[in-house]
Amino acid sequence: MEAVKTSEKTTLQVKRFKPSENPTTNFFTEERGLKAWLTTVDHKKIGLMYLGAVAFFFALAGFLAIALRTELWTPAKTFIEADTYNKLFTLHGAMMVFFVLVPSIPAALGNFILPMQLGAKDVAFPRLNLASFYIYLIGAVFTFIALFMGGFDTGWTFYTPYSSDGDSATVIWVTLGVFILGFSSILTSTNFMTTIHKLRAPGITWDKLPLNIWALYATSIIQILATPVLAITILLLSLENIMDIGIFDPAKGGDPVLYQHFFWFYSHPAVYIMIVPGFGIISEVITTFSKKTIFGYWAIALSSLAIAFIGFLVWGHHMFTSGQSPVATTIFSFLTFLVGIPTGIKIFNWVATLYKGSIDMKTPMLYVFIFLFLFSIGGFTGIMLGALSVNIHLHDTYYVVAHFHYVMMGGTLMALLAGLHYWWPKMTGKMYNETLGKVAATLIFIGFNMTFLPQFVMGAQGMPRRYYNYIDQFTPFHQTSTVGSYVLGVAFLIILYYLVKSLMSDEKAPANPWESRGLEWQSTSPPDLHNFDHTPVVINKPYDYHRPMEEFQLGLAVEHNGHGEAHDVDVKETEQENS
Amino acid sequence: MGRLFDFMLPENMSPLTADYTDGLFHFINEASTIVLVGITIALIYFAIRYRRKSSDDKTPVITHNNKLEITWSVIPLFITLIIFSWGYKGWLNLKAVPDDAYEIHVTGFKWNWAVSYENGAQTLNEIHVPQGTPVKLVMKSRDVLHSFFVPDYRVKQDVLPNRYTYVWFQAEEVGESQVFCTEYCGTSHSNMLAKVIVHEPDDFKNWLEMNGGAGGSGDPVEAGKELVNLNGCQACHSVDGTPGIGPSFKGIWGKEESLADGSTVTVDENYVRESILNPGAKIVAGHDNVMTPYEGILSDEDITNIIEYLKTIE
Ligand code: HEC
Ligand SMILES: [Cu+2]
Ligand SMILES: [Cu+2]
Repeated sequence: MEAVKTSEKTTLQVKRFKPSENPTTNFFTEERGLKAWLTTVDHKKIGLMYLGAVAFFFALAGFLAIALRTELWTPAKTFIEADTYNKLFTLHGAMMVFFVLVPSIPAALGNFILPMQLGAKDVAFPRLNLASFYIYLIGAVFTFIALFMGGFDTGWTFYTPYSSDGDSATVIWVTLGVFILGFSSILTSTNFMTTIHKLRAPGITWDKLPLNIWALYATSIIQILATPVLAITILLLSLENIMDIGIFDPAKGGDPVLYQHFFWFYSHPAVYIMIVPGFGIISEVITTFSKKTIFGYWAIALSSLAIAFIGFLVWGHHMFTSGQSPVATTIFSFLTFLVGIPTGIKIFNWVATLYKGSIDMKTPMLYVFIFLFLFSIGGFTGIMLGALSVNIHLHDTYYVVAHFHYVMMGGTLMALLAGLHYWWPKMTGKMYNETLGKVAATLIFIGFNMTFLPQFVMGAQGMPRRYYNYIDQFTPFHQTSTVGSYVLGVAFLIILYYLVKSLMSDEKAPANPWESRGLEWQSTSPPDLHNFDHTPVVINKPYDYHRPMEEFQLGLAVEHNGHGEAHDVDVKETEQENS
Repeated sequence: MGRLFDFMLPENMSPLTADYTDGLFHFINEASTIVLVGITIALIYFAIRYRRKSSDDKTPVITHNNKLEITWSVIPLFITLIIFSWGYKGWLNLKAVPDDAYEIHVTGFKWNWAVSYENGAQTLNEIHVPQGTPVKLVMKSRDVLHSFFVPDYRVKQDVLPNRYTYVWFQAEEVGESQVFCTEYCGTSHSNMLAKVIVHEPDDFKNWLEMNGGAGGSGDPVEAGKELVNLNGCQACHSVDGTPGIGPSFKGIWGKEESLADGSTVTVDENYVRESILNPGAKIVAGHDNVMTPYEGILSDEDITNIIEYLKTIE
């Protein structure tokens, strides 16, 4: 038995629990069957169901992207009509933002990983967690109703007055869908924040919180504060459409610029809702695959919070050409540069982490490198767009389209892929094919740049976004971009192929294939229904790679929850001082 | 002038508005390239130099370095402040319309730009301007939001239905520049194009005089045709029978039109009048209610002329 003093000076009896490589039970083998899954309150199953839903929407929205790019092969009509095109790009944007990017990392990976990194059995409110999932699905149903009613062609921004004349009925359905979806985000965030505050295992003080948790924490704050504003906006929009009250529509006495303020007050922070969780994954993966302590723990942790805070004050940078007041424009531009700084700090700290590391270029790490490169370009072009005079020229052109794809796809999605590969053996107990993983990552890198680099150029030359037809001079750029999107499509099919194949193989993944020090890796793969068969005790910081693995495998010796066998292994005699 | 990213920008046709923008565009691109190359080299170098050699490699414990943190916070802060001030200055310049600017009125509507000049001359999707003179466009929209964008001049401004907005530029060379609508406005958003046509000052005067006081020809059919062209009806209605967003005008007169509610109506004076002033009242089957009402835009006399013209399209 080993004695650990916590900060309150109580002594904990601890014992070493090495995760079994051959667990007899796991969360898949318990509570089996469709009904058990649909009614489960297990955060891991819910996380996986989210993952399935997100993957489904991603496939759908990705397919639309391919259709859009194909239509843009020629300057005039290629194979679909203008109205269809307009509906498809609206759907592509709305689905990617609301159904894929916003829930992807927190609700899918976060749900699975967050309680495990905290050493908890589940989130604080497991039933609420399941409710969030169903609310998400109901939101999706509303959107599909809008689709079957003929679709909507407003762009994912639903700008008034365009969105209030014409097909306002379908717009009401889809915005209601987004409204409902918002509740799902808010509930998940509340759940996460409570869990982080209340369910940390003994020894996890705030300075031992994995950076992934800090990132999810910052994200939750933004979601809880920003999402209600989206809800208010949508309610006002619906009130205007249904009851003919003039709020945003000038024909009724409203102001369209007011709508834009409302919309971006949510949607700018939403950019951070989408990217900050990705930052968390990068910190986890980069330390694991360089076997090294994170460089600048507090700089990274606090810059997430700084981004969360300043991110609320820059929404007007989407409206420099809208006719908003000049004073507002000046302030918004200034603050936009300030929010760039913490993002830069993160990148520098990650790169510094690699210094003198022991770098293993496995697929997750490859995605981190791709992330660092693409996301940097996203950041620099963001600086470009924040500069007032240049923004006037570039606003609403393909330059902006390229910029946010570098941030959202080059950033969030690459981080998601890094996390997906990193945690795949933990989540499924199976190992994907490393070679194919690297091939797909390389193809994604090539395809991505081929798709979006030409868009910077044609955007700067004047090609506006949301254009069905375009003038001939842009043809070569569009065609390169289209070919690039096909390469991307193939890469994603390869990923789908080897992930599914790994699921069907009999080979088991080890409990901790990467020798990570993360708490989630100190459980079996896949984890037990209750994650750990002991209450973990944490004495080291999450990235203390200079400490021996045994010191990360401690658990309370006295309590035993009855799940699985306690794995008896030698116990160290040393006294540990808890900082 | 031979800068690395020159290939990205269209030709600068209005240096007074574009110069700040271009200078800053190049500065940010070049500075970013330097930093990006630095990051990339560091990544590649580290990946090779510190490649994992065995599974029990030991790594040093380097938790932080305040000097470094400050360096890479303060230097970027400093650079971004320069960028901010530079951008701000350029933007003030874009907002500060010269006092002697020549004013032209532009109205955006689905999916055309109507332009009117001081002497009553009107054009559609062509903005004629004198060379070497500052020009101010006073803009508004008749329906939804649009945005007026001339890449060659680096100017862009949203066009709103409930207020006037402005842009200014000074074209230095005779020639044409492309205008785009950059705020999504529906089906034919991508066809909402126009040209700025720059004339030598004397040519411009001549052009203006030749085109002043449109509709003075006295012939109702000619006047009607002119009105149909100027008001952008052809964006949706063809005159040769090609299907479009609205029904073709070919052979429209006296036709039995089937409506969306299942009834039919004969195309006569009152129906056309109603279709123009209040298009939502009777929707033609197979079409959407997207036509802008021309109430307050076309006078009774205009409509009479249009009717005379419609009668002649067979
Ligand atoms: C934005 C596209 C658009 C523009 C611009 C437009 N219309 Fe229309 N118009 C339509 C559509 C769509 C319909 C059919 C639906 C309806 O009846 O409202 C229509 C219907 C009509 C009809 C009835 C046609 C029939 O076959 O019954 C007339 C007449 C007409 N428009 C005249 C005009 C005139 C004159 C102008 C220019 C001053 C004009 N329109 C501009 C879209 C447009
Ligand atoms: Cu923003
Ligand atoms: Cu438009």
